[in-house]
Amino acid sequence: MTLSSNTGKLASALVVLVAMLSVTGCKKSKVDPFPASGAIAGWQKTSQTRTFAAKDLWKYIDGEAEQYIKAGVVTTSTSDYKYQDKLEAVVDVYTMGNTAGAEKMFSVSSQSKGAKSVQLGDAGVAYAQSVSFRKGPYLVHIVAYEDTPGAPEALMALAHGVDAKL
Amino acid sequence: MKNRREFLKTAATGAVLLGSQSKLGLAAAVEKHVSGARSRVVVARDAALQAHGAQLDQQRVLALLDKAMAAYTGHKNPPEAWQSVIPRGKVIGIKINGLGGRGISSHAVLVHAICERLQQAGVPAGNIIVWDRNARDLRACGMTINTDRSRVRCYGSDTAGYEDQETACGSAHLRLSKILTRECGMVISVPILKDHNMSGVTFSMKNMYGVIDRPFLLHGNNCNPGVADLNALPVIREKVNFTIGDALTSVYQGGPVFQPQHLWHPGTLVVGQDRVAVDYTAWQILDRKRAEAGMSTLKADGREPRYIATAADAAHRLGTNNPQHIHLVEV
Repeated sequence: MTLSSNTGKLASALVVLVAMLSVTGCKKSKVDPFPASGAIAGWQKTSQTRTFAAKDLWKYIDGEAEQYIKAGVVTTSTSDYKYQDKLEAVVDVYTMGNTAGAEKMFSVSSQSKGAKSVQLGDAGVAYAQSVSFRKGPYLVHIVAYEDTPGAPEALMALAHGVDAKL
Repeated sequence: MKNRREFLKTAATGAVLLGSQSKLGLAAAVEKHVSGARSRVVVARDAALQAHGAQLDQQRVLALLDKAMAAYTGHKNPPEAWQSVIPRGKVIGIKINGLGGRGISSHAVLVHAICERLQQAGVPAGNIIVWDRNARDLRACGMTINTDRSRVRCYGSDTAGYEDQETACGSAHLRLSKILTRECGMVISVPILKDHNMSGVTFSMKNMYGVIDRPFLLHGNNCNPGVADLNALPVIREKVNFTIGDALTSVYQGGPVFQPQHLWHPGTLVVGQDRVAVDYTAWQILDRKRAEAGMSTLKADGREPRYIATAADAAHRLGTNNPQHIHLVEV
């Protein structure tokens, strides 16, 4: 085998590798799961998205962070929303290292009494004031601060909006 | 680097020296403990506090605070009650907890009630600092940031900063908030009662994780002995010597984050100077609620808050977790 053919093969391999990395890398970095204001009827995005790397997750959820880190969380993004000036909610999107990590953490949030199975992502549950679902490596929690009439329906609409963007 | 034994010895010695300057110090606490006197803990309730939805009634909260302070101090007149537990001429810090976000944080209505009574007890408004880790956490509690000394001040350690020099705490090295070390002469802990997935319960002593720069360093082994070691630091042991525990609302499972499906409204304040006895009492309240909800106790769930016993042990001597030594007053 000549030096030039080796170089050629190496170059080809590098091109393929870079292409693969750019595809997977771009897919993750370009995902913006947060619907813009007005994209979901009645919902306004009321804060900028904040994103925390795994090592900084304690700044957001402190004591809760450890179990996500153990499950392989890569980043966590969060944003606040408001529905028709009568309901406020926070959307948290955890990007786990793989689907298994999302499954693991989803199982924690879906075991509580009163959980109702819903059609979202790969699996979802809803409570009166919250919705959680997983989709691939993503785990989404949407929590409302108020328990108002119509909250479950409004939260589901927002959840579908996030689901569609993942 | 100090080992654990040296750390505890230094912490205890420092606390005794500091405590000798205050009637609320460790020396008095130890004397009380050794003499067999019981630690007084008041649990004050108002079941109708949240009768009108999610909004807490300001006047009812103030009345509940007054009831708790009267039961704790024996003074029915609120200013007199407060004067009996606060030092004169010192800046009083109120360390709240907004980590859980808007849904489950120390309530602003309670903080305002405390500030009102402190001022009536003679503390100038500018000598009161409401604080937590950062502005975001304070706002989550419903507070407004203010650094103007003509009014009650409210800002986070993100504004005041942390000490440059690290403090040894067990095997960890961390930096303390300057609000604690430099600005306050006394700190009232106003935690929110929550279930905690690691430590079991978060209340008065765990609230101190918000006075250091990297709390995750103390999360090992379910926060044990991290919570006890932190509270044994002389500056915390001495200055943070009164708790007005906020159990107006609480989460009994899935904490420390907001879990609306496990939200509960005990309408309760837990008040005392013995932080260990206060936390022990809060643990019992949480476990009773879990039993009512058909859930296992924290111990059965593998989350017994063992740091409470550690805080009471001979190495830490922060208070008592022995119910025989706790004078529980329920009003």
